Amino acid sequence: MTALDVLLAGALPVLAWRALATDDLHEAVVFFIALGLVAALAWARLDAPDIALVEAAVGAGVTGSLFVTTLRARGLRPPASPAPRRARIALAVLTIASALGIGAALAALPAEPPGLGELVRASLPETGVQHTVTAVLLNVRGYDTLLEMAVLVAAVLAVLARAPSPSARPAARPAAPDDDPARPLIAVLARLLVPGIILVAGYLLWRGAFAPGGAFQAAAVLAGGGILAILAGRRAPDPHARAVRRGLVFGPGAFVLIAAVPLIAGRHVLEYPEGWAKVLIVAVEVALTFSIALTLVLFFPASGEKGT
Amino acid sequence: MTPLLYASSGVAVFAIALYRIFTAGDVLRKIIAANLLGGGVFLILVAIARRPAAGIDPVPHALVLTGIVVSVSATACALALARRLEGTTLDDGDDGDDGSDDTEVAGRGP
Repeated sequence: MTALDVLLAGALPVLAWRALATDDLHEAVVFFIALGLVAALAWARLDAPDIALVEAAVGAGVTGSLFVTTLRARGLRPPASPAPRRARIALAVLTIASALGIGAALAALPAEPPGLGELVRASLPETGVQHTVTAVLLNVRGYDTLLEMAVLVAAVLAVLARAPSPSARPAARPAAPDDDPARPLIAVLARLLVPGIILVAGYLLWRGAFAPGGAFQAAAVLAGGGILAILAGRRAPDPHARAVRRGLVFGPGAFVLIAAVPLIAGRHVLEYPEGWAKVLIVAVEVALTFSIALTLVLFFPASGEKGT
Repeated sequence: MTPLLYASSGVAVFAIALYRIFTAGDVLRKIIAANLLGGGVFLILVAIARRPAAGIDPVPHALVLTGIVVSVSATACALALARRLEGTTLDDGDDGDDGSDDTEVAGRGP
């Protein structure tokens, strides 16, 4: 335990409190993004580089930009009336009690738990990849990842149900371009950064087979690049275009297909044939990266629907 | 010792978010609180994953990765619902626009 750990672990609750206690929602969102970035450092300190990458790109980046665009679109609102004093005191007591309960449960855990790490490492040669987190995500617990893709598809359908059609609103852009003084700067920045971002995403995708990285990390970085490009004035993907819709289901569809084909041979769902595991995992990852990135980008422009 | 430190930090974030999700009057702040609630749980999970002497447990790492992506999906969905809620309950001049959008989208449906 170093001073850095104490600083990071101490900063997280302070940032959470500042994000949630302030009356100014803009301030709340800035503290939320700051918390995401500090959390990414905490993940790195906890030897979880995979999570650090996704947290920085998705937790702070994509989620933060969703909040910023929503705030921008809704404008200033009078602060909502707080809960009555008696209810607040009762809730504070209940919350502290539950926090103490969780703390006691954590303290009661065995000091040297076996964990599932040994099991995963023992079966790593059979999974086709050399990185344990990728092995868990796409082989050992591939079923969870498959269902996660279903969640993503359901969420993007719900968000798009609220998106205006392009003919009703031709300028489907996140912000009014003319009154934004930072616009030329963002355009230059995007031109410099987006090629690098695409390169980094490709590298992360390939690296995922044997080191921290993989489909989610690559897709998160790629989506960040896509959102930057939209902010710089590039046209957002049109959810009504056939190509975009096919792109959204391409990844989940490919995954379902690869998961279901073994059934024909009388094997189990998601069973990779002997010797084919790596090829199939990389194929699924490429397809997933593309669809996850597109899904995350499509979450975004819909947020600005009222700001145009 | 370090895992315990981060786990306590996670519990604190969780408690603050839990308190605010109930007391905040504003729907946007409730959504931020829900996000932080998840963040606290992730912190506890990853801190626990670092404890085994034999090495890091990759299963909670995979769970948290999945969790972060699911939480951004839930946030996007909640924000879309929040905009809908505010668009229909608050008379700020956008109502007419939104109504025409909706019929337009419905009309274009397959």
